[in-house]
Amino acid sequence: MKTNKIKFLAVSVLTVILFASCSTSNNDPAVVLPAAIDFSGTFTLKDQMGRPAINTVFVASGAPKDAFNNTIPSQMGATYQPVFQAKLLNLNSAYTTNALGQTATQFTTLLATDVLGVKKTGITSFYDGTNLLTGRALGDDVIDTELLLIFGGSAGTSNPALTKDNVNANDNPFLTAFPYLATAW
Amino acid sequence: MKKTRIVLGLSLVAISAILIAADHKDAPAVTGNANDITDVYAFQGQDTNNMVFVVNTQGLLSPTATGAATFNENVMTEINIDNTGDNVEDLVIQAIKRGGKMYFFGPFAPSVTGVNSTINTQALAGNVDISVYGGNAVVGTATNGMKFFAGPRDDPFFFDLSRYNLIIAGSATTFNNPGTDTFAGTNVLATIIEVPKSLLGSSATINVWAETKQKQ
Repeated sequence: MKTNKIKFLAVSVLTVILFASCSTSNNDPAVVLPAAIDFSGTFTLKDQMGRPAINTVFVASGAPKDAFNNTIPSQMGATYQPVFQAKLLNLNSAYTTNALGQTATQFTTLLATDVLGVKKTGITSFYDGTNLLTGRALGDDVIDTELLLIFGGSAGTSNPALTKDNVNANDNPFLTAFPYLATAW
Repeated sequence: MKKTRIVLGLSLVAISAILIAADHKDAPAVTGNANDITDVYAFQGQDTNNMVFVVNTQGLLSPTATGAATFNENVMTEINIDNTGDNVEDLVIQAIKRGGKMYFFGPFAPSVTGVNSTINTQALAGNVDISVYGGNAVVGTATNGMKFFAGPRDDPFFFDLSRYNLIIAGSATTFNNPGTDTFAGTNVLATIIEVPKSLLGSSATINVWAETKQKQ
């Protein structure tokens, strides 16, 4: 009798757990959305980003930054390559080529279309010493890479005081597993 | 008196430097609202069969401000994926808040590309409870292998932005060594999606960009 009671209790507890987990983790792609939730309407572009800090560095403050955010990537190149080239030469008037061998026109043609190139096999990194522009990992020192290409000249050795910001890592270690980003401060 | 003025002047420079931030609060139309993207990351997951996309918004949240920061139900985050090299999206993944949850759609091929989007409810991938500041990270999973997170995290970005702005303004000529991470001790609202690479088309490389889109 006692054993039965315990069994019955155990089964009820299990049932509750099963029901509870069903109702709280409704993540099956086959699951139909509750009709009460409204996802209708048209959503219009407000902000966008591909590579790090491109709008910040190459586009003038104020309205021009909004205009860049409202331009779709396939239309960015034609409009922004000349703008970016002027800004590059304003930042570094001695620019000839960078460590990738790119002229000012070639470099700004790449940057003006602000999308992040990502390789679907192997290591994904903005630059880790070996892999270049194959993605962007959390620990990539993307600013040093960009400073080097803007200020470092063809050998990467020009303007050494401007090619590194000397902040080389995040202030909070990343996780090896999902969700990868560290807990909030 | 003079000293005070100089100190005040310097702190004003420092404050404006912080406000100009590296794609954090970069453009007037999105500064200080839920549309403001701070950073985008795309990298291979712990399981190398998967790709991870991170879209961070609402940067430079102090710990005291983080608990009150919220996603907006009128702002949809869209990850755009180009398989063909023409910088037009072939696939999108959409995320939007409803109640205490973030809902995810895709990857799917949108019927219309560009500035305006609609949510494809047929492409529902899953949802996750939005994680609460100070609580554990809630991870959502789908039977197709996707994983989802939405909520506050430490800002993974690091940069001596204040010094950079002084250099650009002509007030300094070199970076400091060591530099000072302008983003140290600050948080963002993160939307994180892990997705099997097999769902991202057959191309060897993809072009990726993230957008925030506001309901009209």
